[in-house]
Amino acid sequence: MKKGTLTVKAAALVIWALLLFAPFLFQDVRQIEVAARIAVFIVLVASYDLLIGYTGIVSFAHTMFFGVGAYGVAIALKHMGAGWGPVLLGTAGGVVVTALLAVAIGLLSLRVKAIFFAMITLAAASVVLVLASQLSGITGGEDGMTYKVPELFKPATKLFTDEAGKVVRLWGVQMNGKLAAYYFVFVIAAVLFWAMLRIVGSPLGTVLKAIRENEGRAEGIGYRVVAYRTAVFVIAAVTAALAGSAYALWLKYTGPETVLSFGIMIDILLMVVIGGMGTMWGAVIGATALVMAQYYLRDLMEVAAGATAELPLLPELLNPERWLLWLGIIFILLVYFFPAGIAGTIIDKGDRKAGA
Amino acid sequence: MSQPSLSTSGLTIRFGGHTAVNDVTVDFRPGELTVIVGPNGAGKTTFFNMISGQLLPTAGTVLKDGIDITRMAPSARAKHGIGRAFQLTNLFPRLSVLENIRLAVQAQSGDGWRFFTRVGRLTELTARAERYLEATRLEAVAHREAALLPHGDQRKLEVALLMAMEPDIYMFDEPTAGMSLDHAPDVLELIAGIKADRSKTVLLVEHKMDVVRALADRIIVLHNGELLADGPPAEVMASQIVRDVYLGHAGAAA
Repeated sequence: MKKGTLTVKAAALVIWALLLFAPFLFQDVRQIEVAARIAVFIVLVASYDLLIGYTGIVSFAHTMFFGVGAYGVAIALKHMGAGWGPVLLGTAGGVVVTALLAVAIGLLSLRVKAIFFAMITLAAASVVLVLASQLSGITGGEDGMTYKVPELFKPATKLFTDEAGKVVRLWGVQMNGKLAAYYFVFVIAAVLFWAMLRIVGSPLGTVLKAIRENEGRAEGIGYRVVAYRTAVFVIAAVTAALAGSAYALWLKYTGPETVLSFGIMIDILLMVVIGGMGTMWGAVIGATALVMAQYYLRDLMEVAAGATAELPLLPELLNPERWLLWLGIIFILLVYFFPAGIAGTIIDKGDRKAGA
Repeated sequence: MSQPSLSTSGLTIRFGGHTAVNDVTVDFRPGELTVIVGPNGAGKTTFFNMISGQLLPTAGTVLKDGIDITRMAPSARAKHGIGRAFQLTNLFPRLSVLENIRLAVQAQSGDGWRFFTRVGRLTELTARAERYLEATRLEAVAHREAALLPHGDQRKLEVALLMAMEPDIYMFDEPTAGMSLDHAPDVLELIAGIKADRSKTVLLVEHKMDVVRALADRIIVLHNGELLADGPPAEVMASQIVRDVYLGHAGAAA
């Protein structure tokens, strides 16, 4: 059996298992926040991997679709009030707008050279970012907007109560609305990720890889490349929009910074590169690694600086203020030692050994 | 005589001021293997490209069984039964040999849009791909990446891909280019097998005279983009004008 693939799958499944039990394992508000963010970003990165890793399409509009999904739910909840109707309507609206945008961008520009396509997506994403910031009557502008979510997801909601009317605790965890919201995000992320695994393992997935490998020959043996590219662009965009809708429900806040900014686009790119392009499972590893680093590297450095306080120079270097420097160094080392990403390199090395 | 399966009329393409193919009118019939010869730069590959759709002609038409395919995308022509192998190896390098062939099979069966069935479950597709794997004697390397194959096997895979498309028109562009002498016969045997099925039309660009003699039912000669000669091998090879521009020195070299 292929050892590398097995190792990567096992690692990814461990991460999914940790996410599944996260509310019980890490009983802290910040840690649940991190777990939910990882789940959402796994979907976002995996859907981006469908484009860049499997089909060879470079797009900078992925956060745009994520944002459209989030804003769909946010606007519906803000203007129509809390309830499941607005959630469904907002999600559906976000998905429809996303699909239309993706079809338009795809058909208009997937014929052109990859670099021009990338530029067009960059332009589209900038336009949407500006619109979201300027149309403050609808979107809340730069400040974004907060809104009320359905009753079920409110922290005060009691999922189960005992005879005294108090919220039931299971292994010390309150069965409240926060827990429901977390599992809502988790289930959506897991289902979307599973659906994408099915896609890459399907005949369609093989066609996508063929287009990445040799576009001319794929066309030559009978695949309409533009149609397939547009289709995968729409699939990836809609998946990102659904992830955005779920994230909007979780955060109860949507603004340009959290769902539309180019910073997020860069995060996605880094996650896909760190995880390993064209591996799908790499998305799980890449998203986890980067989100963890963003949340915990500073804490870790504070501990390290404290432990080395007696030594010269080291506490200066390990000052938590300098966490971005260390993040950069870690990236460089990762790219150096894992040129195909963590998952990609492990699969390559492990499988080659086993295969030879 | 049977109806032509493929015909070009007045086929012309210009690149800027240069006319690469000029007013070529020719019919191809099922059961016939036509070898296209001509010196380098004669326009053989360009002529192929206009039939299989990589280039669009400046003027003229291409008909497949009477249907005008002149302006169709290559993928649409493939669905109309045009199959083309390339001069330089043109595979899906990081996919396995089996995956390469299965892609051609599944293009032909129209399963490319299925997005939720696992590939492994489509045993029918795999079984068909394996038939071509056997026909080209590539079973032993089925799970090897195409890029890692020796050159001779890559050429064979190129032929397997074409066979798996199950086209009516087979177009080979120097199928034995760069192959060692002991591997070339395998590929030629495959082409002879295709020719033996009298319903197929085979077009072959080839330089090696022994290959031409062994396989050709008919030879057409292109020279500076123009159709110089067209006829049975013995007749074409004997004609003085052809000897002068091409066959003379090629024959001497062989």
